[in-house]
Amino acid sequence: MNYMKMEIPARSENESFVRVVVAAFVARIDPTLEELNEVKTAVSEAVTNCILHGYDNSEEGIIWITASLEGNKFSLEIEDRGKGIADIERAREPLYTEKPELERAGMGFSIMENFMDELYVESALGMGTRIRMLRSFGKKSWDNH
Amino acid sequence: MQVKLIRRKIGLIVRLNGELDHHTATVFREVVDKELAKDIVQNLVLNFDNLTFMDSSGIGAILGRYRQVKAKGGKMVFCGVSKHIKKILQMGGLLTIIPILSDETKALASLH
Repeated sequence: MNYMKMEIPARSENESFVRVVVAAFVARIDPTLEELNEVKTAVSEAVTNCILHGYDNSEEGIIWITASLEGNKFSLEIEDRGKGIADIERAREPLYTEKPELERAGMGFSIMENFMDELYVESALGMGTRIRMLRSFGKKSWDNH
Repeated sequence: MQVKLIRRKIGLIVRLNGELDHHTATVFREVVDKELAKDIVQNLVLNFDNLTFMDSSGIGAILGRYRQVKAKGGKMVFCGVSKHIKKILQMGGLLTIIPILSDETKALASLH
């Protein structure tokens, strides 16, 4: 198994940086451009959630990212120690958002679910949230769902 | 991300260059809203030719501009939509309300 870990301050300017790093990590198993875009989007949604919801857009706090590859199996964990999610079921519903005033579409979790094979959410109020996503490459893309 | 505005009689062309995410959505929002507030143009063409990435923050930002345009009786159309961006727009339900045209010329023509 190969892996990488990184931590970054929860600032929105870092969203594109994390996408690029994770894409570079996955690139070694030669995914299609489509697969790469899907992973980048899932990463972007998870990191945005940490910044916007976990740390309430304060631009403070730390986000931890761990990615690993075993053969064609990719695993990604994104974690914050922010405010946590009160109702995970509800948060995962399409179109549900806690911040409509910020023009949030409420599609973050739906996109992560669509672009990855499996999505696990662990969260505790006042403690933080950890998202774990799994995806096998060369097997499917969103088009074949 | 760069946002280039081109004002035409029939509507405003917005060319997006770079990546549209939570961070850059602010720029897109501010630049377009400033122009819409002038009440010179009613219609909006969003040209994604040089947009290399978009996530759900883009959906929210586009919907916000769509509501303004619609409230003023205008139309919004997309052009230069890549396969990946089309997927995102589709998931956000935007393709049921906003048409995609192949290029800027056709997009502008569709506003007549």
